[in-house]
Amino acid sequence: MNEQHYSISRSPEAILETNKVLKNTYVLLSMTLLFSALMAGVSMAMEVPPAVPLFTMGGAFLLLWLVLPKTANSAAGIGVVFAITGLLGFGLGPMLNAYLQLANGSQIITTALGGTGVIFLGLSGYALTTRRDFSFLGGMLFVGLLVVLIAAIANIFLAIPAMSLTISAAVILIMSGLILFDTSRIIHGGETNYIMATVALYLDIYNIFVHLLHLLGALSGED
Amino acid sequence: MEMWMKIGYALLLGMMVVLLFPRARHMLKHSPKASGDDWRAVLIPLVLLVLFVIILVKMV
Repeated sequence: MNEQHYSISRSPEAILETNKVLKNTYVLLSMTLLFSALMAGVSMAMEVPPAVPLFTMGGAFLLLWLVLPKTANSAAGIGVVFAITGLLGFGLGPMLNAYLQLANGSQIITTALGGTGVIFLGLSGYALTTRRDFSFLGGMLFVGLLVVLIAAIANIFLAIPAMSLTISAAVILIMSGLILFDTSRIIHGGETNYIMATVALYLDIYNIFVHLLHLLGALSGED
Repeated sequence: MEMWMKIGYALLLGMMVVLLFPRARHMLKHSPKASGDDWRAVLIPLVLLVLFVIILVKMV
């Protein structure tokens, strides 16, 4: 699995197509991240109640699983991506407002935001420059994600702080692995739909931000 | 958090588990085998990531 192998085995047309998917993915990703941040700002200004994220997450989840696969190959897919990312961004409002109540809340939020940006750019850049195939990570990452989800369900009722921190650390590691996996899938032609690629990378970034915020908040002694 | 919200979040995460399970099983069966070099290529950035998160924690 080295660089030479891929440069020999892929045609110039396939490489051009990959570059087009990559460019479109990063453009759409930037726009959805900005839109998501805007919706988070609106939600913060409206001071929406803490129950709202449950409904926005539920709505985004339904769009993600039921609507997006049917619209991903049409222009309507772009609208669905904005709806998903807008809902998820809007759902961040109550949590961000809660952090802002802390003495160093704004510092925690900006550090999490900057940290997420550095992690994404670093890992995506690493996958792009090494051009390695990280598809072997798929099985392990998805099984890890299932384990973390089951642990998270248990911890909703158990409410063990140490378990909550462990889950956040595990999510950051898994989502970082998924950035490598998703970027590598685009590079090697495993994902040719830029709408689906954008949603995958957006979810990686969103989850890293939320869980980095949780870790920083808890370990700064203010959570 | 109120109980109805806890149940709501648990149902949402439970649905994710149900929908992700077939994909995880498929991935496990069809993922290519990795060499030692491939694992090193993953471990190096992940170790750097852990160090970076530790630095961020120290900063706040």
